[in-house]
Parts: sequence; structure tokens; C-alpha cells
Amino acid sequence: MTVHLSLVLALVGLAVTLAVAVARPTWLPEAVAAVVAAAVLLAFGAVSVGRTRQALGDLAPTIGFLAALLLIGDGCRREGLFDALGTLMARRSNDSPRRLLALVFILAASVTAVISLDSTIVLLTPVIFATVTRLRMTPTPYVYACDHLANSASLLLPISNLTNLLAFRASGLTFAHFSLLMALPTLGVIAIEWVVLTRFFGAELRRPREQVAVSDEVKLPRFTLAVVGVTLIGFLVSSLIGVDLLWIAAAGAAALTVPALVRRKTTLRGILQALQPGFLIFVFGLGIIVAAASDNGLTAAVRAVLPHGESFIYMLGIAAVSAVLANLVNNLPATLILAPALAPAGHVAVLAALLGVNIGPNLTYVGSLATLLWRRILRAEGTEVNLGEFLRLGALTVPAALLVSAALLWAVTRLGA
Amino acid sequence: MRVLVWIVEGTWMAAVAAAKQFVPADAQITLLHVMPAEAQAVAREAPQALLGRWHARSTEALQSIAVQVASGLLADARVLLGRDATLNAQGGRVGDAVVAAAQKTDLLVVARDCDHAGEGPRSMGPTARYVLDHAPCPVLLVWSKQADAT
Repeated sequence: MTVHLSLVLALVGLAVTLAVAVARPTWLPEAVAAVVAAAVLLAFGAVSVGRTRQALGDLAPTIGFLAALLLIGDGCRREGLFDALGTLMARRSNDSPRRLLALVFILAASVTAVISLDSTIVLLTPVIFATVTRLRMTPTPYVYACDHLANSASLLLPISNLTNLLAFRASGLTFAHFSLLMALPTLGVIAIEWVVLTRFFGAELRRPREQVAVSDEVKLPRFTLAVVGVTLIGFLVSSLIGVDLLWIAAAGAAALTVPALVRRKTTLRGILQALQPGFLIFVFGLGIIVAAASDNGLTAAVRAVLPHGESFIYMLGIAAVSAVLANLVNNLPATLILAPALAPAGHVAVLAALLGVNIGPNLTYVGSLATLLWRRILRAEGTEVNLGEFLRLGALTVPAALLVSAALLWAVTRLGA
Repeated sequence: MRVLVWIVEGTWMAAVAAAKQFVPADAQITLLHVMPAEAQAVAREAPQALLGRWHARSTEALQSIAVQVASGLLADARVLLGRDATLNAQGGRVGDAVVAAAQKTDLLVVARDCDHAGEGPRSMGPTARYVLDHAPCPVLLVWSKQADAT
């Protein structure tokens, strides 16, 4: 098969798989679509058996890591960590909407960085909504803050976002080095979010607040917090003690899961559900499809489009292109495409791409314009949601956040050099 | 005479106090609260960004919390008003919903988003300003200072 034909076939496979993942038809799980597309590419010789095996081998540690993180997130939910944090936040807010927003910022950023953005979006956001609504305050600013910080604060650690996990191995950095380089850019982006959100929702934040009784009892699950803390420390010192990150994550997941299984707080079925096997298979399939596309010319094309070099302008360019790509498709496939193309250029280029794919999704609340448009088509009549507000807030934060984070990343890498 | 009082979290006491003070005893009063749809939409739809790595979680719990809190708010407002009033709880685009509800009334009572400390254009957020700009009827605009609530 010619290279051109292989590329076309791989791109079609990628488009179909992503379309299924976005549209989520009930009769066709995205994992099946990804596996079938990968099998077709393999059958037509668009990707070799050896390359498939290599792609699977490259992805396996990352997928294992993701599985461990999903279990840790699920354990935190099971032990009531997010509900307890929500109540604690309500009690500490002292009748001040601004203070409450600051607490939401701290909470969302911490949960995102340490337990990953999945937990912030799926588990923390509903808690924030419920807590703030019960305090008789308009929940909109707080829920937006949670949603935005899930993306913005996910720059910090390799575990904070699946995109980081995927790019982390390509970057060749240690856990601690990655986190150190991303610390200032993350703080810069959070500062931008604070300035924009407090101005955007100035009216809601200036309103007087009623005294609403908050439950006195907060039971923080100490053991769970301790496991999360020790696991994090393990990640940071992993390269010093020479233990692979995967084993540390697995130990953390086991420490939360095994006691719960023994005490029948959860079942094997519940654990299997939390692991989301369908999604893990989907990523494997997607990895093969992207490998086929990359080898047959996509990587070369991406390299031709992306700027080269380590100056500030180049880094901003990489971040901007990555943000656009993440919004066209979704940041997961965007990272799979970008990481191999940028890895030879060094870790700074990979980190710059992560700025784009992690911050970019804030342009739309569903992570990509394709998803947003699809949702609009699905419910053409449902205009009760003020879509302009979402898009305006994204337009106000994302370009500024990209600019500031790229500048800070550039400064940090200069300082290190 | 039909009067619509717009009930907003934090400022509703001032609106109700103004209605108590200025609305004639024979007027029919409706208390309206609109829960903005955006927060629930974000909580419901943001997991789409994760592609497949999330459970299809029910968001009915969030909806029921919103409904429960809104009806509690309206009930408290009626108690403060101290007379009979129709309660109207809605969800959706707040500005549009308030303007639509005001079509059939003779007076709309609106509280600003802050007290005297915030005098000037910033005393009203975009939603309150939209309601003011599009209100089809006369509007009674009051400061949100809670001391007035007696």
C-alpha cells in the first residue's frame, strides 16, 4: 500500500473513531470503533505488526498509570472526601462570596493537580454546585471556576491530566523536574483565571450574603488523605529512589482499594466500573490509529506546521497551535499526534504543547468545538443555556493564559539553562 | 394592579421590603425566582471533554437541589412579605425569563446587586441591567442594603 493511501486510510479511521467518541451512539461503544479501525489499518498494511506491538508497549505503562489514578479518584469519592471538602469550604467562607470563590480556586486546583482533572470535573464540580446552591448563592461563578481550573491547574504534575501522562514519557523528564518547570506557568494561569472570573462575575460576588446554617460536622477521611499524600511524595522522589512511577501509583491505588474490598465497602464489579475498561481499550486503539497516521506522514506534516526553536515566540506558537488542535478535535488525540512530533525537539517543546492542549479546552466547556457543535445539533431547540457566556469567558481567559504561561515557561527554562 | 418581585439570592430581602413599603394592599403580587441554567449545564456536560473516561452520572440530584433551594427561598420571601403572593420558580436564561414574566404586570421590583457602597454603573450586573433595559413595564429599583428590610 502506498504511503499516501495509508495516510488517508489512517486519517479516515481517526476521524470515524473520534466522531463515535464524541457522538457516543448507544449501539457502538467508542472502544469497539477504535479497535475495529485499528484492525482495518493493520489488515490493509497501513501499520505493521511490529509497529503495532511497539505502540501498545509504549502506551501500556501510561494506561496502567491511568487505571491506578482512576482507582485513587474512585477511592476518594467512596470515602466521602469530596463531600467533606465541600462542607469544609462552606464553613470557612465566612459569608464572603469572594472568599468562597478563593476557596473553590484552592480546592479545584489542588484536587486537579493531585488527583487529576477527571476527579475535579466528574466528582468535585457537582459537590461545588450543591454546596453553593444550598448556601443560597448563585452557583454560576463557582461552577465555572471549578471547570476552568480543572483545565488550567492540570498543567502542574504529570498525573494531573491524561495529556500530561501521554506526553510525560516522550518528554524524558523526571516527575519532579516536570513539576518544577510547570509550577510557575500553572500559578500564572490560575492568576489570570482569578482576575478574569472575579471581574466577569463582579455582580454576583458583590451581592450581600445571607446567613445560612452549615453542618458543623466535617469528617475528613484521614486515611484516604494520607494515602494520597504519601503517593504524591512517592511520585516526587521516584527518580531518587529508583522506583518506577507505575508501581507507586499501583501501591496508592491498592492501599485505597484493597481495604475497601475487604470491608465490603465496594465490590469487584464497582472496581471494574471505576477502571473504565472500555476507555482504556479505546486509548490503545486510538494509539495504533495515530501511530499509523504519524508514520505515514502526519508527524512530518505536524513538524512542518509547528514552529521550531526555543525562543519565546516559538514556544507561544507551539502552545497556540496545540490549543487550536485540541479545540478542533479533543486534547487526547491532539496530544497523541503532537507528542511524537515534538519529542525530538526536546522537553521544552513538549511542555509548550501541553500548555496548549491543557488550557485550550477552556475555550468551550466540553473540551472541543466539535463536541459543542454536536451538542447544539442534538438539541437545536434547547436554547435555555446562554452559550455566549461560556464562549466569552473562554475568549477572555485562554489567549491571556497561553501568553502568560508560555512566557513563564520560557523564563523558567532560561533560568535552568 | 399586578406586581412582579424579582427574587435574587442575597438581595431578595431588599426587593421584598420595597414591595411591602410601596405596593398597594389590593395589588396581586408574584414572587419570581429564576435559577440560571448555565451552572447545571456545565456540571452536566463538562465530562464530555473526558471522551469516554467518565460514568454517565445522573444530574437529577443537582436539579432537585436547585428546585428545593429555590422553593425555600420563595417561601421565605413570602413570609417576609407578610401577605398572600403567587410563587413562580423557573429555570433558564435569567434575563429573558424575568422580562417575559414582566409582560403581564404593571410594576416590576428589582434590587441592585450591591448596597450603597457600590454606587455607579457597577451597582448592577449584566443580568439586572438587561432586565432594566428590556423591562416592558415601570420598574421600582432599590438598593440591596439589608437594613431596609424592616
